[in-house]
Amino acid sequence: MPKMQDRSRNIGAFVPAGDDDLLICRCEEITKGEIRRAVHDGMFTLTEIRRYLRTGMGLCQGQTCGRLVKGIVARELGISPAELEPAVSRVPMRPIEMKVFGSETEAEGHA
Amino acid sequence: MHKTADTIVIGGGIIGAATACYLARKGADVLVLEKNAHIGDGGSSRNGGGVRQSGRDPRELPLAMYGIRNLWPSLSDELGIDVEYVQEGNLRLGKTPEHLRILQGLTERSVAAGLDVRMIDGAEAKEICPYLSEEVVGASWCPTDGHANPLVTTLGYYRKARQLGARFITGEKVLQLKKIKGRVRQVVTETGVYEGNNIIVAAGFESREILSSVGIDVPMTRITLEVLVTEAQPQMFGQMLGTAMADFYGHQSKHHGSFVFGGTSGFEHTNKDHGMPVTASISAPCICRGIIKYVPILEDVKIVRTWAGWADISVDGIPVISHVEEVPGLIAACGFTGHGFGIAPIVGLLLSQMASGENPVLDIKEFRYDRFKTKI
Repeated sequence: MPKMQDRSRNIGAFVPAGDDDLLICRCEEITKGEIRRAVHDGMFTLTEIRRYLRTGMGLCQGQTCGRLVKGIVARELGISPAELEPAVSRVPMRPIEMKVFGSETEAEGHA
Repeated sequence: MHKTADTIVIGGGIIGAATACYLARKGADVLVLEKNAHIGDGGSSRNGGGVRQSGRDPRELPLAMYGIRNLWPSLSDELGIDVEYVQEGNLRLGKTPEHLRILQGLTERSVAAGLDVRMIDGAEAKEICPYLSEEVVGASWCPTDGHANPLVTTLGYYRKARQLGARFITGEKVLQLKKIKGRVRQVVTETGVYEGNNIIVAAGFESREILSSVGIDVPMTRITLEVLVTEAQPQMFGQMLGTAMADFYGHQSKHHGSFVFGGTSGFEHTNKDHGMPVTASISAPCICRGIIKYVPILEDVKIVRTWAGWADISVDGIPVISHVEEVPGLIAACGFTGHGFGIAPIVGLLLSQMASGENPVLDIKEFRYDRFKTKI
């Protein structure tokens, strides 16, 4: 079972930082400041951050930014990164053309 | 953390979040309990994003029409976040005379209920959406339908509700409801007991078990549906697409340009799911084959991600949105049957009115919890 979380608990106010313009998710061009603000908007899990901002939803599927986002969210919540569950990895593991993915035969798929 | 509220909403999906938002706007004290770790982790984040009226049950149509006239157009402003609402119509496509007969039937029922929807031929369909296959011989066309981003809409309602003072607790599984002096009062969870004057059960399929703890049964089952998303593409078309045979449904997302398509494999009733809404290896490829038949140009577009969700299917195809007379204080909102996203704003508004003792803005008698009768 997931850990019980009171979403009304006080995590303090959003304080702008000098490196808020840093690009964290390069596929979807999401900055550190946007991620920090999202936490203050109530997005307390990596899955919610992802659905809210699109971090990790691009071609690399979060393989580049996943760890960075986790660290930023954990710091903003004042918890250890180990307490945050990573967002789910989804099939297919690499982007794949619709005609290949939809092919029922191996020969067609490799044509 | 205090464990009492005027209204407790069980279920932190889009219905629960929208209800909390509209209740908080009235100044009501509202608390939302969500079993999962994330807000909107059920059907709210696992659907095709349709905001449509066409193809709906005539009993449900007034809700969809009201939402599209009065709530969706201003929702981004209201929530202070872009919900990516696009209102460029819905094409439901057909390739055979049998398909056209199905679409004709759907269209006639919708027109009789007052919706602007009509049958068009293949040429007109291709004028509206030039990327359709030559095989498309006709379609139903509803110009006021559209789509939005279900992830952002759900989290946008949650964010707004919090800003207005609603409280949310995630990871809190409800075990049962309890009555005190004939009125529902307590919500027993894995960690303790919450108390409320009104309790709204909007927990998707799990609502069945929660409602059964006070002797109420809503007949529903659940099946797995899958969604896939492509890499971003140049803006091609704004319509919501579907087909007579439900081969697939979906749209191109606003701004971002990725295509989001949903569908089924035909094995949903027998697929094993290991107790989790997980993808099956056969489903997304099947959806791809469906898409390519109708929109061949997309065959070279890459699939980036696929995911699955459960739809809670009520036995007669429309939801329960109802006070429960035997259990004063209890309101049921479940069984949205895979088409709850588009009507979520109006359902949230109706539930907020019901919990406040106001007359709902629309007639809800068709959605009563006790409408289900045996076949003989």
